[in-house]
This record gives sequence, structure tokens and C-alpha cells, in this order.
Amino acid sequence: MFSFLKKNPSNDNWLSRLKNGLSRTGSQLAELLGSGARIDEDLYEELETILITSDVGMDATQLLLADVRRQVKEHKLTEAGQLREALAHALLKLLRPLAQPLETGTHRPYIIMLCGVNGAGKTTSIGKLAKHFQNQGKSVLLAAGDTFRAAAREQLMEWGARNNVTVIAQQSGDAAAVIFDAVHAAQARGIDIVLADTAGRLTTQAHLMEEIKKVRRVIDKALPGAPHEVLLVLDANTGQNALSQVKAFDEALDVSGLVLTKLDGTAKGGVVAAIAKAHPIPVRFIGVGEGLEDLRPFVPEEFIAALLGLEA
Amino acid sequence: MLDNLTSRLSGIVKNLRGQARLTESNIQDALREVRLALLEADVALPVVKELTNQVKQAALGQEVIGSLTPGQALIGVVNRELTKLMGEHNDALNLATVPPAIILMAGLQGAGKTTTSGKLAKLLREQNKKKVLLVSCDVYRPAAIEQLRTLAQQLEIDFFPSDTSQKPQDIALAAHDWARKHHHDVLIVDTAGRLAVDEAMMAEIKELHAALKPIETLFVVDAMTGQDAVNTAKAFGDALPLTGVILTKLDGDARGGAALSVRHITGKPIKFVGVSEKMNGLEAFHPDRMAQRILGMGDVLSLIEEAQRGVDIAEAQKLAKKVQSGKGFDLNDFKAQITQMRKMGGVSALMDKLPAQLSQAAAGSQVDDRQINRLEGIINSMTPWERSHPELIKASRKRRIAAGAGVQVMHVNQLLNQFEQTQKMMKMFSKGGMGKLMRSMAGKFPGMR
Repeated sequence: MFSFLKKNPSNDNWLSRLKNGLSRTGSQLAELLGSGARIDEDLYEELETILITSDVGMDATQLLLADVRRQVKEHKLTEAGQLREALAHALLKLLRPLAQPLETGTHRPYIIMLCGVNGAGKTTSIGKLAKHFQNQGKSVLLAAGDTFRAAAREQLMEWGARNNVTVIAQQSGDAAAVIFDAVHAAQARGIDIVLADTAGRLTTQAHLMEEIKKVRRVIDKALPGAPHEVLLVLDANTGQNALSQVKAFDEALDVSGLVLTKLDGTAKGGVVAAIAKAHPIPVRFIGVGEGLEDLRPFVPEEFIAALLGLEA
Repeated sequence: MLDNLTSRLSGIVKNLRGQARLTESNIQDALREVRLALLEADVALPVVKELTNQVKQAALGQEVIGSLTPGQALIGVVNRELTKLMGEHNDALNLATVPPAIILMAGLQGAGKTTTSGKLAKLLREQNKKKVLLVSCDVYRPAAIEQLRTLAQQLEIDFFPSDTSQKPQDIALAAHDWARKHHHDVLIVDTAGRLAVDEAMMAEIKELHAALKPIETLFVVDAMTGQDAVNTAKAFGDALPLTGVILTKLDGDARGGAALSVRHITGKPIKFVGVSEKMNGLEAFHPDRMAQRILGMGDVLSLIEEAQRGVDIAEAQKLAKKVQSGKGFDLNDFKAQITQMRKMGGVSALMDKLPAQLSQAAAGSQVDDRQINRLEGIINSMTPWERSHPELIKASRKRRIAAGAGVQVMHVNQLLNQFEQTQKMMKMFSKGGMGKLMRSMAGKFPGMR
């Protein structure tokens, strides 16, 4: 019944890390469902608790539980152990629409703009993304568009120097101008992918949200049709506020993909389920560690397997 | 901030208001709403359970059941329990030791440790008159040291240089030495962000703590953190003898449930909250005020304190006199008010602290910081004579001013209208004599109708 978990590509190393990160939920579930107990209301309540403490949120939790109950009735499930599979299926149904890998071959240069709140991991993710694309044999150029935070530019430049990637930066000034330059430089040099950093901003700061809208407009001016992808970087530690981040940034910038970072901690990133329910946007990548290779495409089957502690 | 929880809870009260008495059955509905609201505010589940239990116990007592306004009484109970959960009163930093008093900052990646270190240094210098030294032990994240150095430079705070090739412990000890020799009162040690499950990194900060023996070990946590706040706080609390917590990014629209959880789980007081990107955006945490804020009562006390800090007293008295006399309030004063408001963190910072109904009304009038900037620009394009004699400004002067400020004549008219209204309001106050407080408050809001 749960065969999709067996035909996954072998990425043992990082998958195990993802699983380690998410294992608390998994082991809670295993404890709860492995005992051969009967399915009753207490069990559902426990399931609800586990989902809520994984940041799945009230709405998505109700949706998932309703689906599980339906399956129990339909397939006449009687054992607690079967609930896990039922839950995995419910989750998969919810998350599968989010699994749309990023296609960067459609334009050249392909412009990717990153946005997010302060401390979500934008600049770090850019480093990892650059590595990811380099490994695919593509040439990459970075635009140091975070002109606000102290030393954000230096952080990117230092990273670029270490990894032999060109970074376009200016001494001071305007994010839009830096990125505008970077787009032109990429065109002139025949670069495949441009990654544009922006300063972190809280969605309540209207003037900063206006500024980032301008950045997007200026990119479109530099290269009509660009940016081809707007990635919103989300910290997996974030709770239900992630929803309002998705909403606000999407309203401002038309976000086309999400990057979920810091999944290697104890945070479970269950908020992805909440997002899938309330405001679905494809999850392009997940970050599962500090290493440069630790940013991977989002595969819902693996994510769910790790979340629920199932054998992959 | 916390608006959603606020409106939610006021919704509950509205429901209760319709019913004459609180009974076992209708309190159940109210409590379910409270539970839902708290969960959606990212308050950790165990904390939610405990809180709702306590509220239930208290609410079923005589105090609420017997009350003719059960809704009010219930809010009172929730308020009290929230305050209790967040730790009753404000705990200040303990710096009573042989100087330099060492403050160690710890937390996850991206929580805001470096920015907060800078803000804390500024706060200690300005409010406690301390000589502060900043040092970064983050040898991992590219340019992390550079970030703190830049901040220190902006704030004109002493900075102890370090290098990524050094060991964190060596850096910290050298900085300690330097601080002692140069008579610094406080040494703030910024560290790299780390995951609680990263054993090597946790061992490193434990060693750092053992070597430095800091008097304050502060756990920096993002207000947007979800349910996992409990686990992280617990792990850091187990590894390090924390003395307090700093809650950052509270100016976002996160409902800030982490504030409720963290204190409860670690048993450590929240000492400060970060409320703005600006370098003065760090405030002492007041649990009672925070609870009131959550319940939509606004945070007027913080606002007043802020006003006292940001306002030039002599300037304010001069203005007060002018207002009292009801005449002579001109565009120069109007501009002075704008400047003072800017010092207090701008309109948005003030709005956060107003009671829910008031801030909603204010939001309706669409005052934002950009508009305020425009007002200032227009006034700057006037001659001093025009500023003290606004009635002189007629069509051709308006055109010149508009051109100078890069706006339309319409905007100049708007400004003059707003000014007139403020002037009228001032006159009203001086006649009505609405008490000193209200007068000084009204002075803070030029352009707000």
C-alpha cells in the first residue's frame, strides 16, 4: 500500500539527516501507533496533538484528521499501526501539488530573486543554490542586493571568493541598482543563472515591502519577463506566521517557489502542510544542513517518510 | 503586533457579553476559542493546556460566575494568567560584579544575536551609562565578525577585533583581558548561531561559558518561532545556565506565542524584546504590559516611557506653554513634533502600542512614515518667515514650495489643512485642560485626526 517509499533514489546521507531532524515527530508516532492499540477517540486526539506540535496548524490538522477518519471508515482499518499509513496518504495528497521542481532551462540568463524575513537564511541559501546549479554544470552569478544589513555584502563576496563565483556588488546604495547591473553583466558574459539576494524584511514594514516591489519592477526593466523565479525563503522554525509571510510576499511579488531552511534542527517544518492548505506555492528546495550540498529539491514522499518515521 | 490574538479574544468576549451569566456549558465554548487562539498564536501545546486549565479553574470560581459582566471577568482572569505565565514583572540585567560584566549571547541561526548585541550595547550605554566592549566569536558564518564591527562603528561602541582563524574561546578571553585593562564596564560576547542538536557546537559554547563565567547568559529567540520554541529553549537551557531571554522581531505580525512558551519552559525571564530594525529598537520586557497588549488594552505605559526618553524636555515644555496659551503654534513647532516623533521610532512603532481600537482607527487615517517624511520635506521647502506665518502661504508660494519639495500643490494644501486642524485641536486642549498627559500625547501626533 505504501510502496512509493521504496523506489526513492538513494540519497542515504542527507535523507538520514532529514530524518534525524524530523525524528521527534516520527518517534512520537511510532510510540503511539506501533503498540497495536485500537483506534479510538483518544488516539485521534493524540494524533491531533502531534500534528499541532509540528506546526501543521489547526486548519490543516482538521483536514488531515478528516481524511484519516474517512480512510479508516472506507478501508475498515482497525489497528493503530494502519493509521500511520493513512496519515501518510493524507499528507501526500496535501503535499504532492507542492512538488514542482525548478526548471531553469527556459531562459538564459535565468533570473532568480530571493526574498524573506530577517534571519530566514537567504544569503546562506544563495550559496547553496549556487553550488547546486554549478553541480549541474551551469554558470552562476550572484547579486549582492542586501544593501541594508551590516556586512551582508561581505558575507556574499567572501562566499563567492571561496567558491569561485562572480559576485556583483556596489559600495552602497540601492538593491535595485545592484541587481540591475548584475542582470546586464550576466547577459554580457553569457551566464546561465543569476541569483539576486535582497535584504530581510518583516512583512509589516510597508515601506520595505514597497521597496522590494520596486526591485522586482527594475529587474523586469533590465530584462523583460524577469525575474523568472521569485523564491521566498522560510525558516522551518517559524510557526503559523509562515502563512502570513507567504501571503504578504506573494501579494507583493508574486512568489513562484519556496525554500524551507533549517530542517536539520528539531523543527519539523510541518508548517508546509499549513501552507499547502491555505496558500499553496511549490516548495522548490529544502535545507537540511550547514554544508553546501545540504540544499535539496523537495520530494514529498521523502519529507513525509522522514516526518512520520517510515522506512524509506 | 499580536493583533490577531487580540481581535480573537475580543470576539470571545463579545460572544460572552450577550449572556447574562457564565455557566459550565458556555465557558466550554469560550475556553475552546481561547485554546484555538493560543495555538494559532504559536503558543506551545503544553503551555496552552496548562493555561486553559488555570483559566477554567479560576473562571468557575465565584469571581466570574457571580459577576454581572462575565466577559470582562473572564478577560481579567486570562489577563492575570497570561501575566503570570510570562513572569509577573520585568527583570533587569544583573551587572553587579567586578567589571567587566560579561554578557554571553546564544541562540539559533538567524535569531538576531548580532543585531541584538549591537542594540544591547547602545541601550546599556545610553540608559545605564556603561562603557561597553563588543566582541564576536562567530568564526563560522562568512563576514559575521565584519557585521558586528560595522554595527559597532555605526554606534560608536568599542569593538574588539577578531579573526576567523582564531578559536572562539581565545577570542573571548583576549577580549576579556582587553576590557579589564581598558576599564570597560560591560563585555558583550556574540556567538555563532547553533542548533541545539549539534553536539560539537553545543560543547563549544559550554566551554566558552565555563571559561568566561558570564554574569548574564542570554538566549536570543525569534518571536516568529513555532511550536519548536519549547524544544530549543529547553535544549539551550539544559546546556547552559541561562539567566534570561531576548525575544526578537516582535515588530512583525507574528503573534508572539513564543513569549508565552519560553518563559514557562526555561523558567528564565524575558528581559528584552526587539521591536524595530532601528538600532534603538530594544525595549525592556514587561509581562503585565504584554498581556494587556495581547488583550487589546494597548501598551500606553511603554509609550509614555518612550516619549520621556525620546523627547527633549525643554523643547516639550516650550511647546506645552505655547499650546496652553492657544496661540503662536506655528509650522516650526509642527516640524519639531515630527522630529520628536521620528526619534521615538516613527509612526508604526507608536501605532503598535496603542489600544486595538485606537490603532485601527489610526490605520484608517493612513498615516505612515513616508507621509510624515513628505510633510517634513514640504516644511523644509518653506522660508523661516513662512513657517512662522503660515497664513501668508497663498497660491504662488504654494507653487514654489511644491516645486521645491517635489510634490503637487495638492499636498501642500493637505499639509496646511492638517496644520490648521492640529492648531485647532491645540486650542481646544488649552481651553478644555484635559490634563498634562493627554496634552503631551496629542502633541506626538501631528497629522493624526
